[in-house]
Amino acid sequence: MKYLKNIRVALAILFFLPIFLYLIDFTGKLPVQMHALLKIQWIPALLSLNMIIIAVLVVISLLLGRIYCSTICPLGIFQDIAARKSRFFSKKKKKFRYKYQKPQNILRYSILALTVLIFVIGSSFLVVQLDPYSIFGRIVSQLLRPLVLFANNGIAAIFSSMGNYSVFKVEQLTFVPVAFGITLFFFVLISVMSWFQGRLYCNTICPVGTSLGLLSKLSVFRISISESSCNQCGACEKSCKSQCIDSKEMTVDQSRCVSCYNCLTVCKRSSMNYQFGYKKQKIEASQDPSDGSRRTFLLTSGAVISTLAFANAKTLTGKKTDATLTRTPIMPPAAGSIEHFNTKCTGCQLCVDKCPMQVLKPAALQYGISGIMQPHLNFSTHIFCSYDCNICSSVCPTGALKEMAIEEKKLVQIGIAKFRKDKCIVAVEETDCGACSEHCPTQAVHMIPYKNGLTIPEVTENICIGCGGCESICPARPYPAIYVEGTKTQTIAKKPAEAVKFEKKIDDFGF
Amino acid sequence: MKRRDFFKSAAVVGIASIFKPGTLAASTAASNSVSVHATTDMVAVMGGEPEIMLNRAIKELGGIGKYVKKGQKVVIKPNIGWDKKPAMAANTNPELVGALIKLCKSAGASEVLVFDHTCQDWQKCYVNSGIKAAVEKAGGKMIPGNDESYYREVEVPQGVHMKKAKIHKAILDCDVWFNVPVLKHHGGAKNSISMKNLMGIVWDRQFFHSNDLHQCIADAATMHKKPALNIVDAYRIMKSNGPQGKTEADVVTLKSLIISPDFVAADTAAMKMFSQVQPTDIADVRYIAMAEKLRVGTQHLEKLNVKKIKL
Repeated sequence: MKYLKNIRVALAILFFLPIFLYLIDFTGKLPVQMHALLKIQWIPALLSLNMIIIAVLVVISLLLGRIYCSTICPLGIFQDIAARKSRFFSKKKKKFRYKYQKPQNILRYSILALTVLIFVIGSSFLVVQLDPYSIFGRIVSQLLRPLVLFANNGIAAIFSSMGNYSVFKVEQLTFVPVAFGITLFFFVLISVMSWFQGRLYCNTICPVGTSLGLLSKLSVFRISISESSCNQCGACEKSCKSQCIDSKEMTVDQSRCVSCYNCLTVCKRSSMNYQFGYKKQKIEASQDPSDGSRRTFLLTSGAVISTLAFANAKTLTGKKTDATLTRTPIMPPAAGSIEHFNTKCTGCQLCVDKCPMQVLKPAALQYGISGIMQPHLNFSTHIFCSYDCNICSSVCPTGALKEMAIEEKKLVQIGIAKFRKDKCIVAVEETDCGACSEHCPTQAVHMIPYKNGLTIPEVTENICIGCGGCESICPARPYPAIYVEGTKTQTIAKKPAEAVKFEKKIDDFGF
Repeated sequence: MKRRDFFKSAAVVGIASIFKPGTLAASTAASNSVSVHATTDMVAVMGGEPEIMLNRAIKELGGIGKYVKKGQKVVIKPNIGWDKKPAMAANTNPELVGALIKLCKSAGASEVLVFDHTCQDWQKCYVNSGIKAAVEKAGGKMIPGNDESYYREVEVPQGVHMKKAKIHKAILDCDVWFNVPVLKHHGGAKNSISMKNLMGIVWDRQFFHSNDLHQCIADAATMHKKPALNIVDAYRIMKSNGPQGKTEADVVTLKSLIISPDFVAADTAAMKMFSQVQPTDIADVRYIAMAEKLRVGTQHLEKLNVKKIKL
């Protein structure tokens, strides 16, 4: 049985390391396909209604317990790392220091219920804030990545001063105070909780942990203590990071056990079993103090899955308050409608990290309270949505951005350019400019004759896709003469007309 | 008296050696007192593949050894502004860039660096233009131009609006550099040729647009460190919807190449060639006349020694 722990650790590393590296990779060298590792995360799978993955995760949980929490979930592994690190700082450097704690049932079930309820009412606020994978994504993206970039830029500066350009500078442009503050709060909260109490966060706050805990109460294989051989030494209890083993009573709280198998390794008398445990289940269930509420919450979580499976997200969130939005925020291409996007996006920051132009930024209040962390486009000098790029839609694990071929994406109208002649350099200074038209990939913004041989921009709205090339480069500052107004429902722009082909043969120099 | 004559001629030779042949011809074109013996001021080639045309033109100009000495650091500045494939003619032809690197290497260049301050995602521009692959195959090195830290401020004393500019360090620190633009239509500057290509060695592009684009382009051409040659790629040209182009319908294949050390002459010749496809009044490309006024070069091609070669 002792090999189980090693398998668990190996699996955890196998999932965690690629996810971590993929999130932190700023060079674009890691293959895009690695986002498959994020699609198998619980909330993204639920939101994208990926039935195969949902089924596999449910079956695994019913069979083996909360394997998800101890191997697949990056935030879970992060807590294990934090808990392990804490050992180096404690005076006795003791490996086993946990003690059985009673479950925080009221708290954990309330948070789960609230998350589900608020989602059903039509706001993803708690889903965004509490999805463990997305929290991990934000910790990497907003706290760790800037440090990595800082180090990279330091190295790049040293190298380039020696004439070596193999390492290049990458600017970090995605700092948003509100988003940063919330992420920092969660980082500190989770770190402190795991530092002192192992998986306390998973078992009290995390709605995914709580819901999988409900499932794993029914799991086929489970940890149990064989009463005949146990001498109540308490080693298992001290090694249990979920603090769910009560060695005196010789019970294991299935709903909190994350199947880490640490207890199997430490028991010297082989009294810890991991075995088919369906017989015992009934007795345990009746002993469970949370029995009354358990039924309600089983129902609630059943409701989540069924609503998600059958209800149309659009009908759920018909009434976003317009008042909270000033300039209509610009959603990433392939977001569809603002209702769809706000419901499905968990703000994991993967698209923000992968955007080569860094035009995507986590929203503060642009989408309202529930949209904090969800990405929107923010144009600034040289920062706009690249025409030949669809990386955000190809990496999105939750289906908030639908996967879209590049040719299709080139026609998605995410906004429309608006020209303000009274601010334009050509009209004000009477000199040539044309920077906006220069950057327009569809020539929706094109130059027409003005006066004295000058040309001035004009916008053909039905072929404009709202990429922001024009706004980003407009030299009229701080109020650009051309800007993009977002749309609430992305539509398909008309294909720009081709130029007339030049067929004549030229064989003279012309001079 | 003989001694005085000697000093006089020594002074003339000394002054002459400061100037590049093209500018010398330009500045002395009016008062033709010093004869420039049989220097070719411009070579135009038509009808071949980029590498063949380049090799032929450089041979006419006196061979690459005239420009690149053994052990020198060389920089090539093509137009790599846009994330477009070679067939779109939005960027310089990669074969031409590769061929030039080979020539520089054959002359013993210690390193050949290639960069542009791109308008779109620089890494994608480098890759999709085909230039990165061509450069690496030919033994050159692509370097980034995407960050302000790669640039250093220099004075542009002759500039009218642009008195200072942050120029890429690679250009400032090299021994010799080549300006390798592509000939194309341009919505803002009317046309983009050799002088417009200089915007890619400067950090602050917006300054150009907000301070009279044409004048700033002309100002940039007065910079102290001039390219050894302007090699205008007209193998494929973009006749409309520049500088990005919409589809390949904007592209015309002329299979041509124009080379001159003189910015103004190169752009003038290129405009005349361009006008055969898309009639354009050269006076509307205002930076050409402005640069001539700043004595960057001459529009009077008839006063230059121009070699036209059809392959």
